Amino acid sequence: MPEFLVRLNDAAKSRVLTLQEYFVLAGKSLRFIFARPFYAQDVVQQMDEIGVKSLGIVLLTGMFTGMVLALQSSVQLKTFGATMYIGNLVSASMIRELGPVLAGLMVAGRVGSGIAAQLGSMRVTEQIDALNTLGTDPIKKLVTPRVLAALVMLPVLTIINDFIGIIGGNIIASLVVGVPTTQYWRTVWTQIAADGFTLRYVPNDFVQGLSKPFVFGALISITACYFGLGTTGGTEGVGQATTRTVVTSSILILIVDYFITQILLSVLTYGR
Amino acid sequence: MADEPTRRGSDRGRSVRAAIRRELADGVSVDEQEQPPGPSDEERTIVELDHVWLAFDSPVLEDVSFRALNGETVAIVGESGTGKSTILKLILRLLVPDRGQVRIDGEDITSLTFDQALEVRQTMGMVFQGAALFDSMSVFENVAYPLREHTQMDEDEIEARVREKLEFVDLDADRVMEQFPAELSGGMRKRVGIARGMANNPEIMLYDEPTSGLDPLTTATITKLIMKLQRELGVTSVVVSHDIRSVFRMASKVALLNDHRISFFGTPEEMTGKDDRYINDFLGGL
Repeated sequence: MPEFLVRLNDAAKSRVLTLQEYFVLAGKSLRFIFARPFYAQDVVQQMDEIGVKSLGIVLLTGMFTGMVLALQSSVQLKTFGATMYIGNLVSASMIRELGPVLAGLMVAGRVGSGIAAQLGSMRVTEQIDALNTLGTDPIKKLVTPRVLAALVMLPVLTIINDFIGIIGGNIIASLVVGVPTTQYWRTVWTQIAADGFTLRYVPNDFVQGLSKPFVFGALISITACYFGLGTTGGTEGVGQATTRTVVTSSILILIVDYFITQILLSVLTYGR
Repeated sequence: MADEPTRRGSDRGRSVRAAIRRELADGVSVDEQEQPPGPSDEERTIVELDHVWLAFDSPVLEDVSFRALNGETVAIVGESGTGKSTILKLILRLLVPDRGQVRIDGEDITSLTFDQALEVRQTMGMVFQGAALFDSMSVFENVAYPLREHTQMDEDEIEARVREKLEFVDLDADRVMEQFPAELSGGMRKRVGIARGMANNPEIMLYDEPTSGLDPLTTATITKLIMKLQRELGVTSVVVSHDIRSVFRMASKVALLNDHRISFFGTPEEMTGKDDRYINDFLGGL
């Protein structure tokens, strides 16, 4: 077989193996959520690490995103004399897209890199091997608590991000554009109600805005654990694992966001 | 209750064998009373590699066989990259040989599943080259880890056991228990690693380069500690080491790995008396 075909064959096999290992890790970590022993203390600790300690960065991101959204949209809406609809635009953008995506990207940067660095360091200092020899499954002990904590905390962070973003929009709308606060919040609710409801009471915007962070939480934590546990080559390897985690999870968030939106737009009935 | 420190290998030997049989039987109980009488305790083979072959991209081990009898310390020596640490991974069933068998107390562990292997590993203690202490946990939590994971001991019993093990490795429990690994010297980390390895009173202790990177005094201390474990607790040990002086002090038998094969297996005295150029070069005028 020609040299280039051999290399192509090896590269393809390697990619397939990577995907297989990724999905095996994902499957095991999710399955172990329901298997004994439960590492409740580790889950709480990771919730603090992933959720509580990310609060500052998420608050800042949400606030300034809402403010800049209001500011930019006011310029466009002014040309139509429609500045009173700023609330509609800010709420729809924040709840459906920017809230989940920005919270995901922030957590990928802050928490994903941290998880990869921590597990990578444990790998190169033989702590993962030590867990194995002490009769503990490293996936159960290290991966599952992180995945579970991310699954719970990312939607919570997204809700806070959405709310703070809408408040940021409110500040600009009332102080810079001159839209009264009551009018602003009325248009926020009008927009949410106009986008329809699932099961009569749950706004479609909330369904879209909260299903995404759930998936992003899994993506970030599994990607970080995958690269962290697979670290080779000492401290340099830890650095590479960290970089790969942030790049891969950020790209995955943006790609998966498109597909979730596409699916939900075809499933949810908007405008009813 | 903390087990007696002088508890001998025979009780624990039965527990290792029982654990492996339980795993192999997959829930079917095996009445040990029905087993045929075995060899005496001293003659019992605890760790055995039987014609083991292993290769990754290139050969790692070729037709490797050796055995460690109950209470013996077998040292595996050889040049770097000859597969010494791989042997420890085979004994721990972290790796499976391509051919041959790895037997622990007479039972082949190569056919165990991942979960079954986790159970069997609880009957062994491992000391890593860099100690591999969990750096997010204190010394107390590190030594208590296997007890919390695999026993029903309450906190008082765990504390008593941790103190007992730390004192066995000549550490002041009151002083070090709340310290973190980063605050300890290399020798202290190794000793905590040994204390963690023996927390569950294993029958088999495995050491990967236990004296590497240590000064001569600390090296002597760790060597004495391994000998004390063998002498007082009757633990069977497999030691991977480059440190020939320490090996000759502590080992009952020495296995020399050369070119992926065991080129010598015998007592240190037999090794020094051997008229073999490679052995003489390796011993370097010891």
